[in-house]
Amino acid sequence: MMLRLTKHAIYDILRNRFVLFYALFLLVITFSLFSLDSDPGKAVLSLLNIVLMVVPLVSIIFTTIYFFNSYEFIELLLSQPIDRKVIFFSEFLAVCLALSVAYGVGVGLPVLLLGGDAGAVYLVGSGLLLTWVFVALAFAASVSTRDKAKGIGVALLFWFYFGLIYDGFMLYIIYSFSDYPMEKLTLALISLNPVDLARMVILLKLDISALMGYTGAFLKDFFGTSLGIVYSLGLLLVWVLIPMVYALRRFLGKDV
Amino acid sequence: MFTGARLLILLVLAAGPAWARVITVGPSRQVSSLQAAVAAAQAGDTVQVHPGTYREGNILIRKPLYLVGVGYPVIDGEGKYEIFTVAATDVVIRGFRLINTGSASINDIAAIKGLDVQRMKILDNQFEETFFGIHLSNSRQTLIEGNTLRGTSGARAEQDVGNGIHLWKCDHITIRKNTVTSHRDGIYFEFVTRSLVEDNYSHQNLRYGLHFMFSHEDEYHNNIFQNNGSGVAIMYTRGVTMTGNVFEYNQGAAAYALLLKDISDSRIERCQFRNNTVAIYMEGSSRCILQDNGFRENGWALKIQASCDNNTLTRNNFIRNTFDVATNGSLSLNTLTSNYWDKYEGYDINRDGVGDVPFHPVSLYGMIVERMPTAVLLWRSFLVFLLDRAEKVVPAVTPENLKDEKPAMRSYDRG
Repeated sequence: MMLRLTKHAIYDILRNRFVLFYALFLLVITFSLFSLDSDPGKAVLSLLNIVLMVVPLVSIIFTTIYFFNSYEFIELLLSQPIDRKVIFFSEFLAVCLALSVAYGVGVGLPVLLLGGDAGAVYLVGSGLLLTWVFVALAFAASVSTRDKAKGIGVALLFWFYFGLIYDGFMLYIIYSFSDYPMEKLTLALISLNPVDLARMVILLKLDISALMGYTGAFLKDFFGTSLGIVYSLGLLLVWVLIPMVYALRRFLGKDV
Repeated sequence: MFTGARLLILLVLAAGPAWARVITVGPSRQVSSLQAAVAAAQAGDTVQVHPGTYREGNILIRKPLYLVGVGYPVIDGEGKYEIFTVAATDVVIRGFRLINTGSASINDIAAIKGLDVQRMKILDNQFEETFFGIHLSNSRQTLIEGNTLRGTSGARAEQDVGNGIHLWKCDHITIRKNTVTSHRDGIYFEFVTRSLVEDNYSHQNLRYGLHFMFSHEDEYHNNIFQNNGSGVAIMYTRGVTMTGNVFEYNQGAAAYALLLKDISDSRIERCQFRNNTVAIYMEGSSRCILQDNGFRENGWALKIQASCDNNTLTRNNFIRNTFDVATNGSLSLNTLTSNYWDKYEGYDINRDGVGDVPFHPVSLYGMIVERMPTAVLLWRSFLVFLLDRAEKVVPAVTPENLKDEKPAMRSYDRG
């Protein structure tokens, strides 16, 4: 049952072609970055901004719009003797799959083909995880309200918050408490933001020399070993789970 | 007749070295003790040591001797003694394996110690588990070549190990093709002048790969300094020439691939700096020329403090460093010109290979990180991107005159 529903949802997504354009857009950007720069390492850096900003934005907005557009169909399904969990997960899976494939084709394949060093692999991986995180966040935003405009508003706010506001807030904290030992606190602060976590994974690969200049034995162990990467990737998965579980519970308890 | 006598004297002089004896030492030879052989030898004799393990405490050499090991005989200091103490001219020590010297906090116990030596040669020896490897003081015209030095293994604290090659108040010393590891400082100079250091490999030392002060007019060519606790530190010296050296993987909060403190009238050319936390840190340095170097994937390529003046940086490559240049003041009295910066975004309309707008290598966020090291964790976030953009459009914090007027459009290709 779940497979059939997922398949149907994916057909639905492909029909409106947005995901195809998204894949094409990423593909063009990736290829142009790699062909403009002779150094593949620099292209990876330029791509970093795309992965950290554009991918979350597209993921969260597309998912929210898709969810509200299929609201009537979901209502129809709910009137059938189908487990609500099955409906929720088939929708969730369908969106995740569609966006992941688009991202994989648009960024993953060309990056791995053109300049597949370790930094590039981590970039692709963390971008994929970010896609899932923001799909989950979009579901959380969508099930909280019946109003489409409000849902999109909340989704945008999520993106803006995690992408920009949070870092400003963090910089302010670092500035205010710069006289105190901050290592554990900053690490905790980074853990509370999926975008920062993804950025951290890439920093650990691309800027390890600078990070090693950071004082404090605690963070040195963290940065110096692969622990940092395992920690960040693990927490990103937690960041997928938390909004997803929240959305699922709201969905199960919903009166529609 | 008179001519005949003169000829005889000449013959005697020419044949002199042939009279020098060769004393053979070995477990199954006539002489089995190295101490006895050294005691029996006349000035200029050769002591040939055959394979075996010799535990004979401290061996004091007070006359010109050729000590030659065959098949690396082991001289064991038993964790108590200094092995060779040389206080004579024209001594050669070649082909030994020197292990387990004593260690102390008051004396500098070394595998080979030279006191007031001249024309000494230390060639092709292997040092293992030594406190100090080679320790010369007040010496001249000495050659140290082809040795492998490994210090105390498993030492954690800097005071538990000595320096690999330690020179104090020497001149005209040549140090060539040695490998130094697991010491406190790989090569340590104090008051060493007009000396040559080349083709050495100094790696994984606890503190510095190379460390010198008050050592004027020395030259350093084609050495590799890798993965040392704090990189290389040079201080209070003028007239240093460094070419073709490689500095890499010196990482840590206090690690500088090359720290220049009060260095003047020096040249650093064709060196490669890769994957260091800070490639070059300059403080109180004047009139230095840094050219044709490569800086690649360092945390900071150059930290140049406001106390530096009249230094010139030309034709260097800056590629994929997290921060290219950082400084602590708004005034800059140094010249940067014709370098290649991979972060340069200017244009070159007349296509002469030189960018038409100057490049400012100090970024706003670099300045922020300089003040608050924790802020490095926000590097490459969108916020930082916006801050740096804003600063580029309206510079307010970054030093206006620290810039490269003629940035190169293409990196200098140096294989």
